[in-house]
Amino acid sequence: MKSFDDLLKLKEKLDEQSDDDKIQILVGLATCGISAGAKPVMESLIEKIKELKLENVVVKQTGCIGICRLEPMFEVYSLDGSRTTYVDMNSEKAKEVVEQHILKGHVIDKYTIGAYD
Amino acid sequence: MSVNHSILDVEYIKKQTRIALKNCGVIDPERIEEYIRKDGYQALAKALFTLGKEGVLDEVEKSGIRGRGGAGFPTGRKWRSGAQVKGDVKYIICNADEGDPGAFMDRSILEGDPHSVIEAMAIAGYAIGAEKGFIYVRAEYPIAVKRLGIAIEQAHEMGFLGKDIFGQGFNFDIELRLGAGAFVCGEGKALIESIEGKRGMPTPKPPRTIQHGLWNKPTVLNNVETFANIPQIILKGSEWYAKIGTEKSKGTKVFALGGKINRTGLVEIPIGTPLREVIYDIGGGIPNGKKFKAVQTGGPSGGCIPVQELDIKIDYETLQSIGSMMGSGGMIVMDEDNCMVDIARFFLEFSVDESCGKCTPCREGTKKMLELLEKIAEGRGTLDDLEKLESLGETIKDTSLCGLGKSAPNPVLSTLRYFRDEYEAHIIDKKCPAGVCKALLNYVVTDKCVGCGACKKVCPVNAITGDKREMHLINPDICIKCGACQEACPVDAIIKK
Repeated sequence: MKSFDDLLKLKEKLDEQSDDDKIQILVGLATCGISAGAKPVMESLIEKIKELKLENVVVKQTGCIGICRLEPMFEVYSLDGSRTTYVDMNSEKAKEVVEQHILKGHVIDKYTIGAYD
Repeated sequence: MSVNHSILDVEYIKKQTRIALKNCGVIDPERIEEYIRKDGYQALAKALFTLGKEGVLDEVEKSGIRGRGGAGFPTGRKWRSGAQVKGDVKYIICNADEGDPGAFMDRSILEGDPHSVIEAMAIAGYAIGAEKGFIYVRAEYPIAVKRLGIAIEQAHEMGFLGKDIFGQGFNFDIELRLGAGAFVCGEGKALIESIEGKRGMPTPKPPRTIQHGLWNKPTVLNNVETFANIPQIILKGSEWYAKIGTEKSKGTKVFALGGKINRTGLVEIPIGTPLREVIYDIGGGIPNGKKFKAVQTGGPSGGCIPVQELDIKIDYETLQSIGSMMGSGGMIVMDEDNCMVDIARFFLEFSVDESCGKCTPCREGTKKMLELLEKIAEGRGTLDDLEKLESLGETIKDTSLCGLGKSAPNPVLSTLRYFRDEYEAHIIDKKCPAGVCKALLNYVVTDKCVGCGACKKVCPVNAITGDKREMHLINPDICIKCGACQEACPVDAIIKK
């Protein structure tokens, strides 16, 4: 890395290699999320995706999404650029989201942030 | 059903301006690639290739950003002094010893976007001529420590830290130092003592850290949140940043909103936002139909702001003028069920515990104040005690060695200023209006009582008498005020009075 250009080229390369062509699920895994039970939620997501053999989905960790009272939470970044925020999650609900939203494309209204806020 | 599906569409987020928290909850903090995709380390490149040292100092000065640790010293001026002071070795320190009860802004930044802090420290090092940085982080933040460690290693591998960064002959390295749990180590001078391996105690100022800091070398010390703003300032320019905020205080501030409020969480708002907007529009008001009583900002160093001051704009000067302070960003909301004497006692107790004991005003003075508060809370106080609290408080503020002592009386002084009637009720009427101070309240059975005997069964000290289907009675001399009877009563016949 010897120039500004090197950095911009690296960014470009990373953009190309990125998971943006897949559905991304970001789980809030800061101290707050973990203590509210985000780890089992993340494991359930991964397990269910594997079970359904979904290949265009990645599950990632992220930091604090910012709404303590609704943890554990995760967000689904869809291919059309929309962002769905699922809150107050548990393992069961997470699996349901994979089956309904990820597999069939039906957003589960009652689990989204709008239903709580 | 039509509901908002995205976090971006709810009031709570729409009213916020995210700069320090820009990447929190958006990127994977353990992958430097994701930070780079969000323009990461471009600010460092811009500093090295375009701005130069002077350019960086100019930009930070012009941005108007002030220290987010609470004191609000202009960051640009601090960096300028750091650059001007002569010295072959200089240091950059990041204060990540966040210790105020209820505050977790810095933890969220470190856990969610550690590279922003690392990049900013490298920029600071370049601007002032330092090759070494330390992050002093609480050991109680294991996830932050882990993610910082990963981030530093990745930054090394990519060449953003280490020797000859970007081939420009600039060397910079960062080490982590873990705090051992003492609140006073968040105070700059005590923090430096602690990094040096000594007992973390403050030392007199002057000399200032900027001239004689870590190992007696010139040192620039900034808070996590201050650093987290820097890459954005460098990238988007000081003009952009200076448009946010008020005339004297630019940019945003992150607050940890907690207590008796509907939407607890982290909020980042432009400085100058009215307090009322934070509590009602963003925070969603007080739960269970209760009445707002006060909001505490600045933790043990801050004060309680009453309802009549709710329309103030949040900035360093205004908060100070009404007896509180910006502090690091804790914001605890209280409702009618909170006793202000009890709140003052809680925060003072914290300061007494955490006082390092080096200077007499803080060590002895805060303890004396606490004794007076306990006396009042137990119904043994006199009006004279209020005067004593005030004069002790002022003396401690004026004469303590460091910020801990200088600010420790604030919770007491501000509640005395705005809620004196509550103190007087404890003293004159021997009553705690909020029903919190145990010594001053009695559990009483009202005529709603159906004589079921449920209370009698749970009373651990047999203080309740009464025949079946007759009204029961609590003997106040035996009662230990545990509240078990009130919980057990099926008809809500027992009240605190």
